[in-house]
Amino acid sequence: MAEVEIGAVSKTFGKTQAVNDLSLTVGDGEFVALLGPTGAGKTTTLRLVAGLETPDSGSIRIGGRDVTGDAPADRDVAFVFQQYSLYPHLTVFENMAFALRAPIRRVPEVDIRAKVQEVARLLHIETKLDNKATQLSGGQMQRVAIGRALVRSPSIYLMDEPLSSLDAKLRGEMRLELKRIQTDLGATILYVTHDQTEAMTMASRIGVIEAGRLMQIGTPREIYENPINAHVAARLGQPTINLLPAALFTGVPPGATTIGARTEHLAIARSGGDVSATVTRIEHLGDQSHLHLDLGGQPVVTLADPEARLGAGDIVSLRLNKPLFFDAAGGRVAA
Amino acid sequence: MAQIRIEALNKSFGTFHAVKAASFTVEDGQFLCLLGPSGCGKTTTLRMIAGLELPTSGTIRLGGEDVTMNRASARDIAFVFQLFALYPHMNVRRNIGFPLKCEGIGAAERDRRVVDAARILRISHLLDRSVSGLAGGDRQRVALGRAIVRKPKCFLMDEPLGALDTEMREAMIHELRALHDRLGATTVYVTHDQLEAMAMADMIAVMNNGVVEQVASPRDIYDRPASLFVADFIGSPPMNFLPFRGSLQTGARAIRLGKREVAIPAAREALAESDLVLGVRPEHVRFTDRGMVRGEVYGSEYLGTTQIVTVTTRYGALKARSPASMSFQTGENVGLDFRPDTLSIFDKESGRAIRTALYEGGAHG
Repeated sequence: MAEVEIGAVSKTFGKTQAVNDLSLTVGDGEFVALLGPTGAGKTTTLRLVAGLETPDSGSIRIGGRDVTGDAPADRDVAFVFQQYSLYPHLTVFENMAFALRAPIRRVPEVDIRAKVQEVARLLHIETKLDNKATQLSGGQMQRVAIGRALVRSPSIYLMDEPLSSLDAKLRGEMRLELKRIQTDLGATILYVTHDQTEAMTMASRIGVIEAGRLMQIGTPREIYENPINAHVAARLGQPTINLLPAALFTGVPPGATTIGARTEHLAIARSGGDVSATVTRIEHLGDQSHLHLDLGGQPVVTLADPEARLGAGDIVSLRLNKPLFFDAAGGRVAA
Repeated sequence: MAQIRIEALNKSFGTFHAVKAASFTVEDGQFLCLLGPSGCGKTTTLRMIAGLELPTSGTIRLGGEDVTMNRASARDIAFVFQLFALYPHMNVRRNIGFPLKCEGIGAAERDRRVVDAARILRISHLLDRSVSGLAGGDRQRVALGRAIVRKPKCFLMDEPLGALDTEMREAMIHELRALHDRLGATTVYVTHDQLEAMAMADMIAVMNNGVVEQVASPRDIYDRPASLFVADFIGSPPMNFLPFRGSLQTGARAIRLGKREVAIPAAREALAESDLVLGVRPEHVRFTDRGMVRGEVYGSEYLGTTQIVTVTTRYGALKARSPASMSFQTGENVGLDFRPDTLSIFDKESGRAIRTALYEGGAHG
């Protein structure tokens, strides 16, 4: 494993600026997730590190060595794609051993066997090693695809939405697994996703990326609690942060035009708050219920307290509790 | 608009029994989700309602009329597929108007209805655009436009949001539900995504291996699952299951888990000693030093407002949802307690939920 340094990298495709002056260091043993919507430049960034794309400017350094001009094979990286492409005619074992059997690596067969078995155990597919790849479920196939990367010990694992083709249940299980494996192996991972839950639960640090630019990087808690602008604030948190006109409340700092209020920033009571709002709907999503409020014509969504017996039409009283403030351009304003 | 009534519907493909005695009713104007994993028979059921497959046995009634053997075109139903098959050489206006053209409806009437559909879907500004340049969400809106322009008795939708990315899907969930509220059309919607079903449906029919396991409101499906399968399929993370052996008297208010008594909703049936499973939702697990189950923290997943803490216990790994402000160390020894009035008990062998007071509060229990 090694440190990976992306230095002021830019990449355009025709007229589209896919990555714009992006700098980021992934520390040795660190799990960094790049979070952003479709088209933000996350995958391009990953492909630039892998050597599948060449930057227009800037540099990529792996373990202190400048690899900007190196071919992918010379970079010592392992890539896990969103669409697992296994060799259908090979067994799980052969699929996982494939990279180690490349002539250039000259790994002794006994070592290959030991390594594949060790990784298969980590991924809970050790009983499937003799199955043909096509006899597996989607979740097992994706584990084999991850396993193929794990049997190698590259400088960095590059993962492009590896869980997005799995169903919700399996995705939840794999999140915890992948994080545990990463911790156990001390692996360095650069992971691309548009799923905030994946980023928050697995990453040591999250890089929020938008229109090719890295807007903010920090621990999940830093990004969630202390976003630098309204855009970043809206990327994390379910339900999405409420962005309300500052005029609705008093005691707003100068320059702030928008108040950002998450569930934990809103104290809801029957009376005694700062402003009153009407309950429009309670949405039962199972594990959580969303309370929809109408606050002077502004919709507000917050987590409903399961013990509070509220129904549509009820009037409640709201009080802000250390919310976030943003200026007209969306930038953070100190409270 | 019309009621859809399915009675004892069966479908076999050769030796494969895809749908087994499915019965349910979608009331006029209701939004029902057929929810289940791939291969559970939900799409086959939908295709039978549409008339794209003929049932092996059973009856399908549309607005009271038996349409079981009617051809698809004679059913007055609009079908929306997962893959929005738009005509690439036509613009948005002509794509939406195409079904009307096929019905031989005149240009003036057609245009009026296309404009109307586009307004409902908020894509009026796209009417003269080519469909090839549209984003996924807009393409799906055009596909919906083609369905609503016909003003059918009901809509059948087969994972219409499956091809969209997470964010667009979330936006479309709310849009589809709002659209349903405006049109009031009876809708059957197939999905494997529980969040879509929970957020959109009036009623959910959960299917597994060709069998409809439960038909109930989203809230009852979640709070009062009829089977182990339903309890496990719904919820993220899913319900915790603690296997134990025991018997039950009618009226009993506790079970024995190891050496401890665990309070439960009052039992409404008696059971001889058998293998049972206690079901606990992650949000009903509490941390307390005097807890009845002890374990070691395996890891926690930070989610902002809340976190999911996984604890290894003698009953397996249990997940708890707790406020993100609580801090846990990996390896820390903790005690767990469960909120009694929300617990479910299942017969392990059949998967059936044991009748308790919990199931009496439900609107559709």
